[in-house]
Amino acid sequence: MLRFSLRSLWNRRFVAALTVFAIGLSVALILGVERLREGARDSFSNSASGIDLIVAPRGNSVQILMATVFGVGSTGTGMGWETFEWLEDRPEVTWAVPIQMGDNHRGYPVIGTQATYFDHFRHSGGQPLTLSAGAFFTGDKPDAAVVGAEVAGRFGYAPGTVIINAHGAGEVSFDLHDEAPFTISGVLAPTGTAVDRMVFVTLEGFDTLHADTEVPADPFDRMAVAEKADDDHEAQDGHDDHDAHDEHEAHEDHNEHDAHDDHADGDNHADHDAEGHADDHSGHDDTEAAHHHEPDRLNAIYIGLANRMNVLGLQRAINDRPSEALSAVIPAVALAELWGITGTAERAMRLMAWAVAISGMIGMVVMLSATLDTRRREFAILRSVGATPARIFGLIVTEAAVLSASGLILGLVLLTIGTFVTDPILTARFGLHLGWNVFGARELATLAIIFCAGLFASLVPAVRVYRMTLADGLSVRL
Amino acid sequence: MTALQIDNLEYRWPGAPSNTLAIGSLHLKAGETLFLHGPSGCGKSTLISAIAGVVDLPEDAVRVGSQDMGRLRGGARDRFRVDHLGMIFQVFNLVPWLSALENVLLPCTFSQRRHDRAGGAPATAAQTLLDELGLDGPVVASKPASSLSVGQQQRVAAARALIGAPDLILADEPTSSLDEAAKVIFVDLLVRECARSGTALVFVSHDRGLEQHFDRSVDFRDLNRLGV
Repeated sequence: MLRFSLRSLWNRRFVAALTVFAIGLSVALILGVERLREGARDSFSNSASGIDLIVAPRGNSVQILMATVFGVGSTGTGMGWETFEWLEDRPEVTWAVPIQMGDNHRGYPVIGTQATYFDHFRHSGGQPLTLSAGAFFTGDKPDAAVVGAEVAGRFGYAPGTVIINAHGAGEVSFDLHDEAPFTISGVLAPTGTAVDRMVFVTLEGFDTLHADTEVPADPFDRMAVAEKADDDHEAQDGHDDHDAHDEHEAHEDHNEHDAHDDHADGDNHADHDAEGHADDHSGHDDTEAAHHHEPDRLNAIYIGLANRMNVLGLQRAINDRPSEALSAVIPAVALAELWGITGTAERAMRLMAWAVAISGMIGMVVMLSATLDTRRREFAILRSVGATPARIFGLIVTEAAVLSASGLILGLVLLTIGTFVTDPILTARFGLHLGWNVFGARELATLAIIFCAGLFASLVPAVRVYRMTLADGLSVRL
Repeated sequence: MTALQIDNLEYRWPGAPSNTLAIGSLHLKAGETLFLHGPSGCGKSTLISAIAGVVDLPEDAVRVGSQDMGRLRGGARDRFRVDHLGMIFQVFNLVPWLSALENVLLPCTFSQRRHDRAGGAPATAAQTLLDELGLDGPVVASKPASSLSVGQQQRVAAARALIGAPDLILADEPTSSLDEAAKVIFVDLLVRECARSGTALVFVSHDRGLEQHFDRSVDFRDLNRLGV
């Protein structure tokens, strides 16, 4: 019966191919939408792992999450440094990392933070950030920048590269901070999260960008600008050395940095470089200078707790803080809110994909039904040589099964090709991984549903054929 | 041994006001060939349908071999038909997208008995039949049925009815599309092949010029008491 069905379909191969293509397209669309949805969710969920609370000026929790973790939008007005110190001193808090935002580097968000960010931030279910090249911040280099893998990959950045940031979050900016360049100290290994698309600078360096310079500054005299912005800066005594260093126009390799450090004023910073910028996180605890820099305003604070049972109590305490209007956001809760917002769009996409699938099935029924009248003689002939009406019924269902199965296979091939082509683009532009994992239970169930729907749809023409062959008998004359 | 036995067969099409068939008696021995002639519309095709078990019959009216066709229902009747009967139609009734050889092999696809009686190698038996019917060589056998001439198609239909040596072949106006010369050649081949395999033949036609090729000739108007 199968061989006969295949021959019959081959006889109508053009229409059959169109039907298979329609089914294949719908299968690829359904599974593609599902993978895209899961990829987006995974990407978002993986980006916010390890943070128990995000504290920001009073605002919408989703907006705060999007701005801080994903670098999309902003948190609005800033918080005072005393809030950070208040939080850091609370007994429930194990660690706190300050976050500054608002600048971009060629469209990628610039985050001002401390070296401890790299110690505490986790992604993809608890994995720490690692470097593919160079080192994290060290305290004596306020112009240091660490770039995400995508930023480095796109612009060919490596440790030693000098970069200039711009004000604002847009990709195109006319307000370049070319008076305060940064030197890349490290490139992060790919994480598949928003971190890949971020540029991290020190708090001190971030403040330097926003120092109120009244006259055009020497682009390499950044420390002078920093001094103007922050009179309390503790690293002033090394400026002359920095200037001397800057005259080298170097920043291109670590040797020069180390040489520069040797010129420093003999404090313990020199020891950091003596450790060779190892890729591990050792040395972060001694970033005294960076830690002691106290920015006027912060955009957010990441908080880690020793005991997560305390998260609600601390959240309430933060939200109720009388001196400043704050919001404490639990990332998982904010993500759930985000899914609630995007759920409608997701459902619409799914509905559209299933609508395409249903139209593919209808196309198959139309194809099978439209040929029935022209095949009546064929069925009568088959009956005359011994095929029962039940076998002819089975012939139609078998044809539908072949079409559906072929459509499923074609759909998986299209999906694989589509994933192969679009995954690098989606990863580069949106940080979404469609994933190469073959089939999950959900996808297999979807395939089974589509196959069964195809068989079920074929019952309509099959029943018609059954009745037709009974009525026509063996001698239909058309 | 009797290949076909009809006794007191009366049949009325559903919804018809009166009977179409009222046949007293018709017997056909194994291997015997019968020429059944009569004008169009006299009920010849209805009789063929009755013998083939396409229509529901009363019990004890039609026997093919020892089987009472009136006692068979549904699938059993379909299976009996392909096991014991071969059919040739007025129109060619070949599956157009199958090759000549594949069309001939169709009964062996649906009937194990026909498959076994074809000698265990149905393809060889089919090719032999096609050769004997003048469709020599694998080139013709592998051609799609739709590309064959009218005469070739009828010979393929005959080979399909003959394969697996059924007990009885029913041929309903099989020569109506053929010219005079082709008719004679076709009938001669058909009768010869039936004799070779011991198959009985009921050949229905309005063309009395062919009756000389058959063991017996019956005017359907004499057989059917209702007349035309």
